[in-house]
Amino acid sequence: MSTQEIDMNSNIDDSMGKAPIKGRSLWMDAFYRLKKDRFAIFCFWIIAFYTFLALMAKFGWVASPWDVEVAGSYQSPSFDSVKLLFGTDIFGRSVFFKVIHGARVAMTVGFMVSIISIPIGITLGAIAGYFGGWVDELIVWFYTTLSSIPYILLLVAIAAVMGKGMQTVYIAIGLTSWVGLCRVIRGEFIKHKNREYVIAARSLGASHFSRIFKHIFPNVIHLVIINFSLLFQSAIKAEVFLSFLGLGVQNQPSWGVMIDDAKLELARGVWWQLGGATLAMFFLVLAFNIFGDALRDSLDPKLK
Amino acid sequence: MFAYVVRRTLYIIPIVFGVALIVFLLFNVFGGDPARMMLGKNASVKLITELRQQLGLDQPLYMQFFEYLKQIVTFDFGRSYSTRQEITEMFKNGLVPSLSIAGPAFILSLCFSISISLFVSYFRGRWADRLVVVLCIIGMSVPALAFILFGQFTLAYHWGWFPISGYENVFFERIQYIVLPVIIWITVGLGTDVRFFRTAILDEVYQDYVRTARAKGLSEPRIFFKHILKNSLVPIITYTVIQIPFLILGALLLENFFGIPGLGSMTIDAINTSDFPVLKAMTTLIAILYVIGNLLTDIFYKIADPRVTFK
Repeated sequence: MSTQEIDMNSNIDDSMGKAPIKGRSLWMDAFYRLKKDRFAIFCFWIIAFYTFLALMAKFGWVASPWDVEVAGSYQSPSFDSVKLLFGTDIFGRSVFFKVIHGARVAMTVGFMVSIISIPIGITLGAIAGYFGGWVDELIVWFYTTLSSIPYILLLVAIAAVMGKGMQTVYIAIGLTSWVGLCRVIRGEFIKHKNREYVIAARSLGASHFSRIFKHIFPNVIHLVIINFSLLFQSAIKAEVFLSFLGLGVQNQPSWGVMIDDAKLELARGVWWQLGGATLAMFFLVLAFNIFGDALRDSLDPKLK
Repeated sequence: MFAYVVRRTLYIIPIVFGVALIVFLLFNVFGGDPARMMLGKNASVKLITELRQQLGLDQPLYMQFFEYLKQIVTFDFGRSYSTRQEITEMFKNGLVPSLSIAGPAFILSLCFSISISLFVSYFRGRWADRLVVVLCIIGMSVPALAFILFGQFTLAYHWGWFPISGYENVFFERIQYIVLPVIIWITVGLGTDVRFFRTAILDEVYQDYVRTARAKGLSEPRIFFKHILKNSLVPIITYTVIQIPFLILGALLLENFFGIPGLGSMTIDAINTSDFPVLKAMTTLIAILYVIGNLLTDIFYKIADPRVTFK
């Protein structure tokens, strides 16, 4: 803010008669700042690469089919062929292909969880913050209650109740991970609802719905984006945990299932299944951590 | 102050009621029929009806809920479906093994992470600080499961520095079994903790009172330990107190891997056998502990900072 004002003043002095300088929107400003952080951009490309890989695996263009025997049981990693890059598992299937399909499962879970939990978080947070009163109290009571129950046990309870499978993973994680976003959005709505621009909209006859979604929401949407990167990686971790406990993904390669298999294999010196899954997960989560931080730094006006 | 504590304590009641409601809905309403699960697919209708009667599942839902609320108030959660043991008894047996890992791990990791974050905030912006931040982010990104599996495999199995798993009732013989789980626990949490504490301390470093303290000529260590640390303790204590109830659960996987018969192993067993009463009791107890932890934090806040009010 202040730097822009100074810029404008100095420009008025020495550029009389020239075209007026153009201001940047918050989004463009954030984009420029993000672009300067080379490492964050690199992390963005890592995430994009994982997404691309996941899509390719989904349509069967890479690493397909993953469930056929490519070599003997427990062959150690070698550079002879792409299939053997991470060795083979007990049934002689390519661990590398399983890792790629694990990425597909992880990315799918990340997206599905976001699709379920972000709308819940935004809607409840906006309603609670905007209307206040007993509506607010009810919603706050609800999420305080939900967050008092240990996240892991809640996940396990929902999964144990709903039976095993991918849908369970989406729903269990989705229904439990909206609280953080809801809290933040509620706080922002409380701050914004009495600002001049909202009062102006009201005096022009804007409905509650329009004030919430057309006027206030665009001013807090950057928080949703920041939250998204956090949510995504915690969903990936939760999927691995659920699958590891045998409550999640069935009959599909998943990093959690692979780590679970490795429990028994390690004593035989078979480390590549665990290594492959861990490495794949590590880079994705690391990229999300660093990119998420950079995103927050560039989108949060307070940190300028 | 007294009025504040009373009001804040009363606020626990609706939360505990809400927890009870959610847990009840999950296990008793949507959870399927435990009698059918216990007896298998081929059980006769008569047998199922008998068992349902025995477990009190033939009662109307509101009566079952009332029964469950009574269990919470009296701390008597009935018997486990799979082992037929009293759940209260199981808790008592599991508490000591769990705490003998969670206790030292919690205290040591707190000491480590606070000292490291003080150290790096003192050298903020220099290479030591940057290195630690990078290490923290890397540590945060490694899955906890990998830490456990690789730790157990290399340190215990491969190099034989520690026993692979086991537990001993005599305290001095127990120590050899708990060292490795404690080390792994500390490593898993260190990244997140140091990062949080460092931010909390750095939030204070640029405050006006620090500038004033410097202006009046106080030495840098004195400013750091007497002024900054004291003020940054509020977020640090909040973060820490909230973690305490989860200590019991934090060891979920560790206990399972290292064969320690604590509450974590008990929970994993309950998950594997769909032992609903144990899971229900575990969830409720931890939620209540969490709510009480929150209450204590809020009261501490009020003591530390008189500006805090309860709305």
